[in-house]
Amino acid sequence: MALGVRTLLLSTPRTTGFSARRAFNFDGLKSPSYILSTTPALSLSHLTHRYGERVAVDDLSLEVAPREVFVLLGPNGSGKTSLFRLLSTLIPIQSGEASLFGFDIRTQAAEVRQRLGVVFQAPSLDKKLTVAENLRHHGRLYGLGGSELARRMEQILGRLKLTDRANDRVETLSGGLRRRAELAKGLLHDPQLLLLDEPSTGLDPAARIDLWRYLLQLRDEQGMTIVATTHLLDEAERADRIGIMHAGKLVALDTPAALQASIGGDTILIRTADPAALAVAINDKLSADARVMDSVVRLEQPAGAEWLAKLLASFGPQIQSVTLGKPTLEDVFIARTGHRFFDEPTEEPDPKKKKKRTRQ
Amino acid sequence: MTSSLPVIFTLAERELVRFFRQRNRVIGALVQPILFWLLFSEGLKQQNLGYQHFFPGTLAMILLFTAIFATISIIEDRNEGFLQGVLVAPIPRFAMVLGKVLGGAAIALIQAILFLLLGWASSVVTPTPTDALLGTILMAVMAVALTSLGFAIAWRMDSSQGFHAIMSVFLLPMWLLSGAFFRQGADGLLGWVVAVNPLTYGVAGLRRYIEHANGMDRLATDAIPGVPPLWLCWSVSIAFAVVLLFACWRIAAARTAGDLK
Repeated sequence: MALGVRTLLLSTPRTTGFSARRAFNFDGLKSPSYILSTTPALSLSHLTHRYGERVAVDDLSLEVAPREVFVLLGPNGSGKTSLFRLLSTLIPIQSGEASLFGFDIRTQAAEVRQRLGVVFQAPSLDKKLTVAENLRHHGRLYGLGGSELARRMEQILGRLKLTDRANDRVETLSGGLRRRAELAKGLLHDPQLLLLDEPSTGLDPAARIDLWRYLLQLRDEQGMTIVATTHLLDEAERADRIGIMHAGKLVALDTPAALQASIGGDTILIRTADPAALAVAINDKLSADARVMDSVVRLEQPAGAEWLAKLLASFGPQIQSVTLGKPTLEDVFIARTGHRFFDEPTEEPDPKKKKKRTRQ
Repeated sequence: MTSSLPVIFTLAERELVRFFRQRNRVIGALVQPILFWLLFSEGLKQQNLGYQHFFPGTLAMILLFTAIFATISIIEDRNEGFLQGVLVAPIPRFAMVLGKVLGGAAIALIQAILFLLLGWASSVVTPTPTDALLGTILMAVMAVALTSLGFAIAWRMDSSQGFHAIMSVFLLPMWLLSGAFFRQGADGLLGWVVAVNPLTYGVAGLRRYIEHANGMDRLATDAIPGVPPLWLCWSVSIAFAVVLLFACWRIAAARTAGDLK
């Protein structure tokens, strides 16, 4: 039943791009211009990765178009970091297909790596070296040198407002500046696709807004494709499309607005002394679908305001507080998985529950 | 290959810059062998083994210690995250290995040359300029071999504590049994271990070039009991370096989940 959900969600963007990639593979053409015009920036099909017995990425298929800002949203342990490692070529692909601008990640690693800018979650700068030294080494690893390297360094340092700190050792920089230097490093060789793992780690809200403004600018001005993983719901809302991951599977894939609209209606959250009892009472009396999550009774209904009145009329004395809201991405996640977003995914989601929720 | 040269160079350069920015590492790697040299030489004066006798062994020790500590940094690189950036770069693995090994070897060689100059200035050893040059080349080969050895051990390790254990049960005995401490020629198991230890031939080569074994003042090509001939010293040392470098490349080329942590 999980398969049914995915095909439903993936239908439109997949078909066209997939056939184009096939055609390219059979023709054996390697011209980059041809690839840019017809192939997706990133194409995954039936990608699976296991650590021993544990399945981290489970039969995942996905396509990202050039110039798209794509965010992989998922709680810790959902498999998004494993996916990041597969895409960044850090770990070898076990089964399934993955290609970047038409280059097979498994067999054409050098071509893939040249086109890929990677910003890791953990720092990858050498703390004993200055920002400029780090960039210079990075540039040489990507085949840059001489005046071209100097020009790019000057440019990227300027754009990320790091010029006056260029000759400071990384260990003397603040967390925010280090992240910016990491980004500068990932962008120095002018990649076509920028892959970021939890880019907002260690950034304050203002810096986070700056980062995303800059990423969108990169997309608009340079046509860069951006793929980022995050566990932050508000961050995912900035993307063109979101893929929600849970237990190694892609449980949702669409634009943020479409995902929120897919829930239909409003979300009502009720705080009370005995949430379990209240949920049962609501379901009995108003024949609703109230559930308890994290000691909060939650209800999704098309016309929230009317329900609010009904609830207050019937259960007013028991209600400590009540919130009415439009569905958030967290609501989407709950609807798709039957789990709260910050639950530890210690076991597989109950298939029955999942089926019911996704078909509503 | 040509496009790999800047990669090798830049990674090696980084090793050197990092090393010389960490003062305590520089001091530790140079002062400790000098201290050992003075103590052993003083302590064993009655055995007719003086400062000269321990000079080649001290050179080998400097090479060993510096080379090994330079490659422990691969564990730091992995844990601090620098390595992940190198692993996703479009470079062949042998370039990464060579950059790391040659960088570490250069650090070791620089320190050994400083010690050699110290010995020369204090007239403890008096090799001819040609012998000193040949000895330095031999030290470069030994440095590559020992750095590769360190790399091969450190590549899969996730903590430097584990490395210290290997250091004391494997690397230190290897140095002690290289003829640096005891003259080779002992019978039985000990002599056999000394004979199969590849480091023995490096130390013996240095003994011939720099110490001028048995008080000869010309390049010693004569048969000396317990000191292998020069051709053997060179062959074994070069083979040692080539085999270990190749091993490093094979070990690092196997891309597994272990690359991460």
